[in-house]
Amino acid sequence: MGNKLLEIKGLKVHYITEDGTVPAVDGIDMEIEEGETLGLVGETGAGKTTTALGIMNLVPDPPGKIVDGEIIFNGENLRTKSREAYRQIRGNKISMIFQDPMTSLNPVYTVFDQLTEVIKLHQKVGSGEALERAKEMLAKVGIPQERGEEYPHQFSGGMKQRVLIAIALACNPALLIADEPTTALDVTIQAQVLEVMKDLKKQFKMAMILITHDLGVVSEICEKVAIMYAGKIVEFADLESLFTNPSHPYTVGLFNSIPDPEEDVTELTPIKGLIPEPTELPPGCVFNPRCPDVMDICKGEFPETVELSPTHRVACYKYHKGIGGENK
Amino acid sequence: MMEEKLLEVENLQKIFNTPRGALHAVDNINFFVRKGETLGLVGESGCGKSTTGRMIVRLTQPTSGRIMFQGQDIHILNKKQLKETRKNIQMVFQDPFSSLNPRMSVSDLIKETFDIHKVYRKDKERDERVLEIMNVVGLSPRLVNSYPHELDGGRRQRVGIARAIALNPKCIVLDEPVSALDVSVQAQILNLLDRLQDEFKLTYLFIAHDLSVVKHVSDRIAVMYVGKMVELTDYKTIFKEPLHPYSRALISAIPTPNLKKKKDRIILEGDVPSPINPGPGCRFYPRCRERIDPICKETEPEMREVKPGHFVACHRAE
Amino acid sequence: MAAKTSDQAVAMTTPAAKKKKRSQRAELWRRFKKSKTALIGLGLLALVLVTAIFANQIAPHPYDGMNLMVRRQPPSAEYLMGTDHMGRCVFSRVVYGTRISLVVGFFAVLLSAIAGGTIGAISGFYGDKVDNFIMRIIDVVLSIPPILLAIAIVSAFGGSLVNVMIAIAIGYTPRFARVVRGSVMTIKEDEFIDAARVLGASDYRIITKHIMPNALAPVIVQGTLFVAMAILQAAGLSFIGLGAQPPTPEWGAMLSTGQNYIRDAWWMSVFPGLAIAFTVLSLNLLGDGLRDALDPRLKT
Repeated sequence: MGNKLLEIKGLKVHYITEDGTVPAVDGIDMEIEEGETLGLVGETGAGKTTTALGIMNLVPDPPGKIVDGEIIFNGENLRTKSREAYRQIRGNKISMIFQDPMTSLNPVYTVFDQLTEVIKLHQKVGSGEALERAKEMLAKVGIPQERGEEYPHQFSGGMKQRVLIAIALACNPALLIADEPTTALDVTIQAQVLEVMKDLKKQFKMAMILITHDLGVVSEICEKVAIMYAGKIVEFADLESLFTNPSHPYTVGLFNSIPDPEEDVTELTPIKGLIPEPTELPPGCVFNPRCPDVMDICKGEFPETVELSPTHRVACYKYHKGIGGENK
Repeated sequence: MMEEKLLEVENLQKIFNTPRGALHAVDNINFFVRKGETLGLVGESGCGKSTTGRMIVRLTQPTSGRIMFQGQDIHILNKKQLKETRKNIQMVFQDPFSSLNPRMSVSDLIKETFDIHKVYRKDKERDERVLEIMNVVGLSPRLVNSYPHELDGGRRQRVGIARAIALNPKCIVLDEPVSALDVSVQAQILNLLDRLQDEFKLTYLFIAHDLSVVKHVSDRIAVMYVGKMVELTDYKTIFKEPLHPYSRALISAIPTPNLKKKKDRIILEGDVPSPINPGPGCRFYPRCRERIDPICKETEPEMREVKPGHFVACHRAE
Repeated sequence: MAAKTSDQAVAMTTPAAKKKKRSQRAELWRRFKKSKTALIGLGLLALVLVTAIFANQIAPHPYDGMNLMVRRQPPSAEYLMGTDHMGRCVFSRVVYGTRISLVVGFFAVLLSAIAGGTIGAISGFYGDKVDNFIMRIIDVVLSIPPILLAIAIVSAFGGSLVNVMIAIAIGYTPRFARVVRGSVMTIKEDEFIDAARVLGASDYRIITKHIMPNALAPVIVQGTLFVAMAILQAAGLSFIGLGAQPPTPEWGAMLSTGQNYIRDAWWMSVFPGLAIAFTVLSLNLLGDGLRDALDPRLKT
């Protein structure tokens, strides 16, 4: 622990469309230590998936472009890597699983075919050995070995997501990026898959970025949380601080929007207004038109990030010295 | 009086014939909805909750059983009576993207409701009413001529709701009305539904897979599993003292954004079984940790009222 | 008072509304013009249309004006495309022929679109037995080659342009029926159809207000391509003497006459042939462009 595995500095990914430039990811900083799980939370269009694709160098181009920033993985800046070198890293050192387990598997190959393919691609092993490893992986995600001969359509949604996890982990990656891995699943199946993921995370000692919109899922499995809104990380903290002391008005709004089954609240206090159009972001802090605590200064420039504690930082003028104090 | 039953479902059953056998989508369920209350219908995909909703609005013909609305069986109505009844039972759909005709503007969509039932003789009166309803559901009047693809999910769902309340119905079937929406928008829509219920004395049948949402809106909650209703009671009891093992597992599986109250999770083994040609016993038998052999395998448990107002279908429940 | 305020609201919203409506059409145009070939197709078709509309102004001679002094003259300044065996101006005849081909092609397709559209909509909407019955009949009609069918019909009722049009329309009706049936069946499953039903809409209303407007896109695309094919077929029928009768300046008929003189008067057959190719090409390019622009799968 304590070793930085991945550090992202000032990453900007823009989509250039006919309607204008969309700053999908607009200068974000974050870091993940070895073996740590980071929850990347936000609503539709916040830039969560684009961030993940940026790390994997899979941003569809055109219209997407990584315009700026550094992605430092194991001490090396990935952005200086050649395409070939990047390909060696993807699937081997960094793996990704996607939201929709239904379309992420190739329907004409058996589960074993798809597992062994990844293993053989990245590790110099023979077919026999690859098959052994594939069987081992299936056992780890809780799928009986004999089902490896079956085709994806013979699996249920939860089982497919397990297969995808097995494929992603087959090469023992240092980092797994999971994009809404349980969103398409039923609650009881989601609980199963989360359990498998928690377990494997320990076994493999790998770091994970979990992209989700569900703060409940985050509280189950993550150690750190980054809250994203319109291309910016507005709050970044360890799980405990974020849940006990949510500081950015958007984070607070998110918590107030979720009905808590343990509490008996008659009315929710949702965030007013709508997520802004990505081509027409408001000037200043992107959240200012919806913010209950908006001040004049919020309409000028996007606020600098302030450290509330060594593990908790937030991008909001409320916490800037001499500004937030006056207003309260 | 709260006791008046607006909607009563008796031995409702829907079997679809599929190439692989008879699919028991909804299998002999019974419940009622009181006037002015919200009954939440929860369950996982394929449990039959949506089919139940569709039968109540007569989009799907039941195989057997009765649906009584204000004492009238809605499946034996003639065309004219049905059209009259439709004014009183409306529906809001899950997908705000596919439930609005892409070639109709917001005003066309709301107007259509009035045109079908020939409510207004003058177009002007009708158009005024359209704006009024848009105002009620929180749609700005500048959106009257917008098309669905120009609106975000929350606004589209508001259009769907506007259309449903336009004729002042008594009962609305809400089929996963917020599950396609973002968290912050979801809360806005839930509050809107709540306000409308108070304002127009609406009765809701709220169908959803998300128990926290259902709990937030419902007075009573019914849990379904593979075509069967397994438990039905008020919203507090189902969380405090769930009696059916499936309800317990379902509740424990909700990821709560609350660090303090981390409870022991019940992780169910296996997948939801297929509703095709189900066996004679309890549908939950293969995954149940508390099953009693051989009774649970061989005999289907009946819904019983174990405490006043608390119904459960389990051999263990007392 | 209330009436007044909402009237104002309506008035206030109008400019914004207009902008929105335009933007929807503009969106279609934006996607359409992305394809160069589609634009070329549109340009060529515009040329053909202008020719048809202003044939009287463009043609230097009447199409049936014979001048036996200038039989089979090669192209010259006076006769841009030469003259035929009766001394008629080929250019003028080709220009007037545009009208005939477009009218025959367009009306034949319109007729079959209406008939086929109705049959397809009923078949797709009601499904099951109705669908089965209609589709089997259509299979039978489709198993007859369209040109054979047209020959049979025209020979039975006599060769004339109107009969050619009807014959072609009958040939295309089942094809339209299939296209429409397919898209109706897809649209029928959409949730907004259920929504209309819950509101109490009748079948008639659902078909005309909800299904047909959404099923129109593939019909327009197919229609454009079918017009091209219909023009070819009409020319083909006239070529074998079953269509337009002399002295009608029909391209196919001109080709047919021209082939007798191909050795010493190539212009008699080459120019009508080029006219056919040109028109068909413009329609095909346009149809492809429309398909790309209207295809909902490409919508973002």
